[in-house]
Amino acid sequence: MTEPAAPERITGAQALIRALEYENVDVMFGYPGGCILPAYDPLMDSPIRHVLVRHEQGAGHAAEGYAHVSGKPGVAMVTSGPAATNLVTPLMDAYMDSIPMVAITGQVPTAAIGSDAFQECDTVGITRSCTKHNELVMSADEIPMAIRQAFHIATTGRPGPTLVDIPKDALTNEMTWQWPTDEEVSDSLPGYRPNTKGHQRMIKEAAKLILASERPIVYAGGGILKARAAEALRELVELIDGHVVTTLMARGAFPDDHPNCLGMPGMHGNATAVTAMQQSDLLIALGARFDDRITGKVDAFAPDAKIIHVDIDPAEQGKVRRPDVPIVGDANYVIAEIIREIKEMLQGGARQADISAWKSQVSGWQEQFPMTYEPSEPGAQLKPQFCIEQLNERAPEGTIVTSGVGQHQMYTSQYWKFNEPYTWVNSGGLGTMGFSLPAAIGAKAAMPDRTVWAIDGDGCFQMTATELVTATLEKLPIKVALLNNNFLGMVRQWQEMFYDERYSEVFLDSSNVPDFVMMAESMGCVGILVESPEEVGPAIEKANSINDRSVVIEFRTDAAEGVFPMVPAGASNSDLILHPTQQDRAEVLKPAPKPVDTKLKDGH
Amino acid sequence: MPRTRDYPGARSANTYAEGMNHHILSVLVQNRPGVLARVAGLFARRGYNIFSLAVAPAEVEGRSRITIVVDLDSAPLEQITKQLFKLIDVIKISELDPELSVERELLIATIKAEAMQRSEVASLVDIFEGKIIAVSEAVITVSLEGHPNKLDDFEDLLGGYGIVELQRTGRVALPKLDRGSRLRAVN
Repeated sequence: MTEPAAPERITGAQALIRALEYENVDVMFGYPGGCILPAYDPLMDSPIRHVLVRHEQGAGHAAEGYAHVSGKPGVAMVTSGPAATNLVTPLMDAYMDSIPMVAITGQVPTAAIGSDAFQECDTVGITRSCTKHNELVMSADEIPMAIRQAFHIATTGRPGPTLVDIPKDALTNEMTWQWPTDEEVSDSLPGYRPNTKGHQRMIKEAAKLILASERPIVYAGGGILKARAAEALRELVELIDGHVVTTLMARGAFPDDHPNCLGMPGMHGNATAVTAMQQSDLLIALGARFDDRITGKVDAFAPDAKIIHVDIDPAEQGKVRRPDVPIVGDANYVIAEIIREIKEMLQGGARQADISAWKSQVSGWQEQFPMTYEPSEPGAQLKPQFCIEQLNERAPEGTIVTSGVGQHQMYTSQYWKFNEPYTWVNSGGLGTMGFSLPAAIGAKAAMPDRTVWAIDGDGCFQMTATELVTATLEKLPIKVALLNNNFLGMVRQWQEMFYDERYSEVFLDSSNVPDFVMMAESMGCVGILVESPEEVGPAIEKANSINDRSVVIEFRTDAAEGVFPMVPAGASNSDLILHPTQQDRAEVLKPAPKPVDTKLKDGH
Repeated sequence: MPRTRDYPGARSANTYAEGMNHHILSVLVQNRPGVLARVAGLFARRGYNIFSLAVAPAEVEGRSRITIVVDLDSAPLEQITKQLFKLIDVIKISELDPELSVERELLIATIKAEAMQRSEVASLVDIFEGKIIAVSEAVITVSLEGHPNKLDDFEDLLGGYGIVELQRTGRVALPKLDRGSRLRAVN
């Protein structure tokens, strides 16, 4: 694109759409309405594809799904008032999971702001605490700079959502088109200078600790994916031949089929990953934030471990656990530097500590505590884990998986073998039910050639199922694996375990109402009901063979099935509850007793 | 009707009690709509009370300086400082050590002072090097600028006469000049 020579007068709306084109937006998700109307006119003449959703929340989650798999910022455009408030959930979701996203909202004309006008709300006020930054634009002239800033802030440093609120008259008024330079953008944001290079002395210190560690664990978080650092991570892990755990946000950042991968840690992580972290002497946290779902009771978390904490956000350093070596910087850059330092030290004659005893201990745990479930009895309902395994086994290369929140999300993270980065899309921090379906649509829009499976529960599905209409009409065919166990499964599990099996308001009766097959078909999808194990494989094969329409497979699953292992909320990771069939060998996971200090004993 | 507040013998509620862990943050921000709401919102979200707050344009056009006094332990203070610094409009944050900074505050107060007490109040104001701004038959309005501790003492003593209304600005603070710069200023 070339700049026109003479000053060009265009409307604010034209400037907005042109600005989005200059930011290389190819797809955006939205829903028109009163105040944003002027922006939808020039959009008709733009090469940008607009995906018309059925609810503004869907636009937000679709933008997130798009950003997750493409690495590019997702864009959602909606009108003022209720549309803007409907975006609040996706914005908060993106903020918690550091997803680059730019939201554009219409606003009532500047003269009407503050008058309780029709469809007016204080959008910047409401979204202040769920965006990385937001801005109310007061005139057409400010639009290009506001959009440039929004994209710059959303995609640099720790990524996150930004919002630009544009009053209707700023869209209709004329302005002289001018596209701000990088320098002008930088000058306009004197308080925003993300640090990407780590502190060199700290990097050296980290390398020393890594070489000295006898029980190192690389704790890989979502930041690995944000920093496009999967390659560097693999190089580091292979260099030190240590183990790596990938958090819920980092599944796929390191291949599950790699011998050094221990899989997911945390509340529903596997026993080996949880215990290896707990007994490690060095946690190398890369783009991870010591979330409560990972640490369990913080005071009892990894008591013997020193901490190297690499994060681009300085506020994460010491927020939960004080690191021994804090490094603020871009994970990709810092990991490469740590590798360089380690290699230099090794060449200089340094030796890595012997980790072989630790490695054999860890592989002993792996052998004794594989992920496990009991296959269903003949004629009984399906096991959700079995459905996930079957889906995984039959998934074409490069399949992208999205999920909602709850048991089905945990089963998917536990049982799906993620071997490629950017194939797993879920709502981690906020835990937004209903995320999977619109996120799958966004992922499909970003990667039309990939198969996209939305794995959902019956509770989640009913929150955003209406977006199947979007998938059909926008020709973004996705596949939905609906694990219908009739219940809000995770809440039911907690009531079973912690509320004396008093099941309060968790029975959804979803095998009775609605009829999911009819529901899917009414929205232009193929609907398939699966009730017995032998139907599972053929149904998945059929779904995989349909590429011109979306497919919904409803699997009738066992409500009594629980997610294991489990660390109850607030408990120590040392007290994880194993699968009932493995509880007899829980002792194996206990740390070896510390050598008794004989001197102290004698002193008594 | 102006209400009279009674001040009990103890120090008034808004003075710095013994053992209070107060910190002064001087925050340089871009002077834009909503910036104060962003800053205040961060404290509110984490349940921390702002003890006092003063905002005004700074020496550079388009910038404001916010002086915030908070009562916090150092660990949450570090976290909130880091979170504050993540705000795009925040350019610089300095924590000012009371030992190493100069602090000033302004107090204006309307005091009950019938003809009988007027001269007593006037002499008190004189001792503190304050000013009398207005006088009526029953009340007198005074002002005092100085270190917040001095204002605390003044406020306590005024309490004996009956305070009708009182407003303090909240402290403003800047780092103390080191000895070298003081000398340079003199020469």
